[in-house]
Amino acid sequence: MKIPKELKYAKTHEWIKVEKEIGTAGITDYAQEQLTDVVFVELPQIGKVVSKGEAVAVVESVKSVSDIYAPASGEMVEVNKALENKPGLINEEPYGKGWIFKIKIKNPKELDSLLSAEEYEKSIKEGEK
Amino acid sequence: MRFIPNTDQDRKEILEFLGIKSIKELFKNIPEELLLKKNLKIPKGFSEIELVREMRFLSEKNADLEHYSCFLGAGAYHHFIPAIIPHLMGRSEFYTSYTPYQPEASQGLLQTIYEFQTLICELTGMDVANASMYDGASALAEAMIMAFHITGRKEVIISRTIHPEYREVVKTYAQAKNLKIIEIEYENGITSLEELKRKVSDKTAAVLIQNPNFFGSLEDIKEIERIAHKNKSLFIVAIVEPTSLGLLKPPGELGADIVVGEGQSFGNPISFGGPYLGFMATKDKYMRKLPGRLVGATKDSKGRRGYILTLQAREQHIRREKATSNICTNEALCALAATIYLVSLGKEGLRRVAELSLQKAHYAFEKIKEIDEFEAAFASPFYNEFIVECRDAQGVNRVLLKEKIIGPLELEKYYPELKNHLLFCATEMNSKEEIDGLVNILRKIK
Amino acid sequence: MKLIFEKSKPGRMGISLPDCDVPEKKIEELIPKNSLRSKLNLPEVSEVEVVRHYTKLSTQNYGVDTGFYPLGSCTMKYNPKVNEEIAKFPGFKSSHPLQDEGLSQGALELMYHLEKILSEITGMDGFTLQPAAGAQGELTGLMMVKACFEQKREKRTKIIVSDSSHGTNPASASLCGYESITIKSNERGTVDLEGLKRALNEDVACIILTNPNTLGLFEEEILEITAIAHKKGALVYCDGANMNAFLGIARPGDMGFDIIHLNLHKTFSTPHGGGGPGSGPVGVKKSLVPFLPKPTIKREKDKYSLDYDKPLSIGKIKAFYGNFGVMVKAYAYLRALGPEGLRGVAENAVLNANYLMKKLKSYYYLPFDRTCMHEFVLSGKKQLEKGVHTNDIAKRLLDYGFHAPTVYFPLIVSEAIMVEPTETEPKEILDEFASAMIEIAQEAKENPEIVKTAPHPTTEGGRTPVGRLDAVAAARKPNLRWKKLDKREI
Repeated sequence: MKIPKELKYAKTHEWIKVEKEIGTAGITDYAQEQLTDVVFVELPQIGKVVSKGEAVAVVESVKSVSDIYAPASGEMVEVNKALENKPGLINEEPYGKGWIFKIKIKNPKELDSLLSAEEYEKSIKEGEK
Repeated sequence: MRFIPNTDQDRKEILEFLGIKSIKELFKNIPEELLLKKNLKIPKGFSEIELVREMRFLSEKNADLEHYSCFLGAGAYHHFIPAIIPHLMGRSEFYTSYTPYQPEASQGLLQTIYEFQTLICELTGMDVANASMYDGASALAEAMIMAFHITGRKEVIISRTIHPEYREVVKTYAQAKNLKIIEIEYENGITSLEELKRKVSDKTAAVLIQNPNFFGSLEDIKEIERIAHKNKSLFIVAIVEPTSLGLLKPPGELGADIVVGEGQSFGNPISFGGPYLGFMATKDKYMRKLPGRLVGATKDSKGRRGYILTLQAREQHIRREKATSNICTNEALCALAATIYLVSLGKEGLRRVAELSLQKAHYAFEKIKEIDEFEAAFASPFYNEFIVECRDAQGVNRVLLKEKIIGPLELEKYYPELKNHLLFCATEMNSKEEIDGLVNILRKIK
Repeated sequence: MKLIFEKSKPGRMGISLPDCDVPEKKIEELIPKNSLRSKLNLPEVSEVEVVRHYTKLSTQNYGVDTGFYPLGSCTMKYNPKVNEEIAKFPGFKSSHPLQDEGLSQGALELMYHLEKILSEITGMDGFTLQPAAGAQGELTGLMMVKACFEQKREKRTKIIVSDSSHGTNPASASLCGYESITIKSNERGTVDLEGLKRALNEDVACIILTNPNTLGLFEEEILEITAIAHKKGALVYCDGANMNAFLGIARPGDMGFDIIHLNLHKTFSTPHGGGGPGSGPVGVKKSLVPFLPKPTIKREKDKYSLDYDKPLSIGKIKAFYGNFGVMVKAYAYLRALGPEGLRGVAENAVLNANYLMKKLKSYYYLPFDRTCMHEFVLSGKKQLEKGVHTNDIAKRLLDYGFHAPTVYFPLIVSEAIMVEPTETEPKEILDEFASAMIEIAQEAKENPEIVKTAPHPTTEGGRTPVGRLDAVAAARKPNLRWKKLDKREI
């Protein structure tokens, strides 16, 4: 299970990478493994203003369905259209080609409350108990 | 007991294996005060001979369409059912199976559902259809909820020419879901376009109509579609007498977003109102908003074609409170009857059934209209049901009953303003002789 | 196997219809031309082809008449054949729902008595037979809950469900505009009373419980549960899917439940039809009777009638009166069994379940090891250590000629395998099934590949027409109908 050091994580299994004021987000390797093969992604609407923790996208596998929550507040600026035809990218490259949306961060301070890779790993272990 | 194979000896062996003395011990988790001390107060059990005798006696207290002529439709239609349908429905591999959760052991049923979905798409002119709904009325209610999920709007407009029982069901569902229903009056037997134009708003999730409508008349679908879509509302069409689709333009070609209907006319007995089957079809773009089961084609590891329940993430067992609906069990066996009916008839047969129903209804209409006491109520074109006004609707039915004819519907029951209006129906089952006989009796009523 | 559309040939027909015996008019004179359809692509096949096609398909389908069908929570018991014949009596099969009530006395009498019998079995005061299936019954029940509080002008917005509940529970709640609160089960697999107390307040309209619950366990504290719910003014709903365990033994009404739905296609032996038609009657206590759907059936002396004069009724949830044909079969079943027969059903169902559970528990992990009711839930946890999933075990059972149990439900047991043998199976069949399960457990250890690649189709010595189907591909690129121009071989 990969948990790249350079990313920030939410307890609800989203990751975010921030460059300047734009955050790219997706779901973690752990989350995709739990979901099994992703068959459909409902992408957020571009331009939508969301707050941290709001359900913004939906990821479906054959057996389950999961809401994806915004790891930070802001405006949706881009979505990964490639997922419409190849939802399996989330399984293949959860931190790469399987990214889900880009968000213009409203309040960078919010990011401080996200988890580091170590903290996220710990939270998974606790969740499994 | 003939349905319980365990013998006393079997039970003894099992109890020994479990290390207990009596079956009673298995119920020890139930608080003593809840355990019934006496037998239930229900009639004692019957042998098969007694059972059949009693049930036959009960059944014979009912009139049935094998012994009565019928000119009553109104949402339940007397059509011919070819012998192969009950014969094939008796294949117990079909009827004793559960919902096909193990697709590899359920290919027979899954393939028939896939064929059913294909047939419904073809008939309605839509892109995707589900595996069936409870009945036409609840399918219409579910379509309304689907429109709410798609548009986020909380009002629906429903024409009063929709089957009154369907409107009741829609109202019940709307009330639960906190949606508002706005009814539109009719004019000359069809939905009032003027009133519709006045009442649509940016709150309207959908406009609901029935075609042919409850009065048998054909609605101005094209115009209603324009009004609905201009307002960015969905346009939902209900088909209650689906043999009409043998002749009529499919609603999909006329811009419907969701088409629902009642499939009873397709090979299912009239059976005192159920079980029937609802059908539901929509456009590709709304596929994931559909309620109910969907069967899809796929392949096995060796590339062999097979069928499987799919897109289940929409459904209650996965999405729970966010599911498109709570429906699980639907009407699969009735859908199988409809499938066999439609493929047996084929393109010529279904068209023929529709033509016969149309011609006979119009013949009856012309003949009844000639009688002084009966007058046509509306001038709109109709399919196989029509309304005439008379002096005493109840009196008419009283006389017909004596002649072993199940007569037309007295509309006052549902439409207080239509006192002494009768809704007649004819299908391929009504012979000329029967219709002439009806007309002769009506002529004698003073 | 080919689709019926692929067998079509122009000019063939599977039915003969009479000539038109009334003077014919031109269609265009009767229906405006722009309302007529231009094409109708239905297949053209002869009668014999239709019969062979669907007969062949039926042989590719597994039913209770084929063999053991231990699908937990579905009560796949034997469907008595005489009931099928009775439902075909003309008076049942061919009566019009809107014909004069005087002509429908047999049907109304049957429904009236069926309601009475179901009331006695469940300990309720009134029943509706209108719902077409359990889920619709559940919806009807919650609609009554809502109507009842609206009438009392109490605003309650929440429904409590258990984490072991059927998915229909929260889905029905949401169709009534309620928010669902899920409470966790305790380590005994039943409702956690303390957790329930914490969740319970004046916002809660209703608690939905399945009893016996979906783990096949009796809710031992049911009397306390219903009492504390009532104290807070909430109603308690019984998902009656598992009523088979209670017939003639105990009554949900006595337990304090206010509402229950039954599944005639589970407990009362009517065939499930491959996914319906079902029937989901709902029973209620006195205080909720005024809210039942209309019409209800009224008896005055020996005359039965439909009563629409119900000002507090939630309305109609289905056209006409429900799935009458299904009611006929259930009524016949109840009349055949009588009180002793019904009790025998529950006793043997529970006996069979405990027998199978004990036979299997040393081979499969049993998370709640105590006396079960009519069903029990195993976990494939031990087998997972070798990479064998519960789904693989289910598929392998098909190779052994059995239908699989319910899998991955309830959600609170990982790799769940839910087994419900029912009372209509002899001990020998239970032994055969247990042997197959034990062999599969052995295979999972020694030869996991054979389990992981199951089922093995007939061409490879198995029993199914196809091998394991690709559910992921089906969901990623949905193909939900046959298309003539579609050249893809799928």
